[in-house]
Amino acid sequence: MKARVHITLKNGVLDPQGKAIQHALSALGFGGVDDVRQGKYIELDLQETDPEKAEATVEEMCKKLLSNTIIENYTIEIK
Amino acid sequence: MKTAVIVFPASNCDRDMIVALEKTTGQKPHIIWHQDEEIPPVDLIALPGGFSFGDYLRCGAMAARSPVTKQVIEHAKRGGNVIGICNGFQVLTETGLLPGALMRNKSLKFVCKDVNLRVDNNDTPFTNAYSEGQIITVPVAHHDGNYFADEDTLKALEDEGRVAFRYVDTTGEATKAANPNGSQNNIAGIINRRKNIIGLMPHPERLIEDIQGGSDGLGFFKSMINAIN
Repeated sequence: MKARVHITLKNGVLDPQGKAIQHALSALGFGGVDDVRQGKYIELDLQETDPEKAEATVEEMCKKLLSNTIIENYTIEIK
Repeated sequence: MKTAVIVFPASNCDRDMIVALEKTTGQKPHIIWHQDEEIPPVDLIALPGGFSFGDYLRCGAMAARSPVTKQVIEHAKRGGNVIGICNGFQVLTETGLLPGALMRNKSLKFVCKDVNLRVDNNDTPFTNAYSEGQIITVPVAHHDGNYFADEDTLKALEDEGRVAFRYVDTTGEATKAANPNGSQNNIAGIINRRKNIIGLMPHPERLIEDIQGGSDGLGFFKSMINAIN
């Protein structure tokens, strides 16, 4: 099965790249964008067939490597 | 004083560190490749600057999970001294040996220049050769040196005198203009509670003799020699 992991910066953590993207959008004429937060998307192909076990394993992966929980949040989607 | 320098793929300040340690301690450091299984007994382990593992995922993230780093963590937990410069600082925060994280510079630009640092705590094995409040000039060269920690961590660092170096202007004021990367409270380097681990973004190892344009970094090495010998 596949796991999709989204990693985003926590609220309150400054995201200078997001700000730069917002400014660039505005320069391109896309007004009305209040805020931009950018992050990472990681797709994993897993051998595990049990969705609950897969989610638990990916959760461990997120805590141990994929995200830095001091500054980032993660969400996991199993398909 | 016996030392070791850990070399990861894409470390690039390892040689500067090796030369600085050899010149100041009089002994060649052990050079440890990241796949080496054992670090010989040493007084100090140095994690050098660079772009270990291409900065993939996050700066220092891969190196922090490298097998050799487990031994660095064990050495630190036994009370052994560890220094992390630039990428080495990023690795130390990624291992959790030092709190907080180093994020992309606020300007989004790679910053490569001399900065003024104020020694905010000279009662550490890494700063005792400087005087309290001394201003030194040391180069920085990084893209991700923007120190971030949550409010409680930041308060603990400040209250416990664990900010060793801070970015300041020529008069010693920690101004916004003197902050090269957006670090909270102009933090350039911190120590752990036990005072055996330091991480800093600037490069004292690049400034140990006049031929390099100055020797303000020499005190960093002299401090360690004072503390360890």
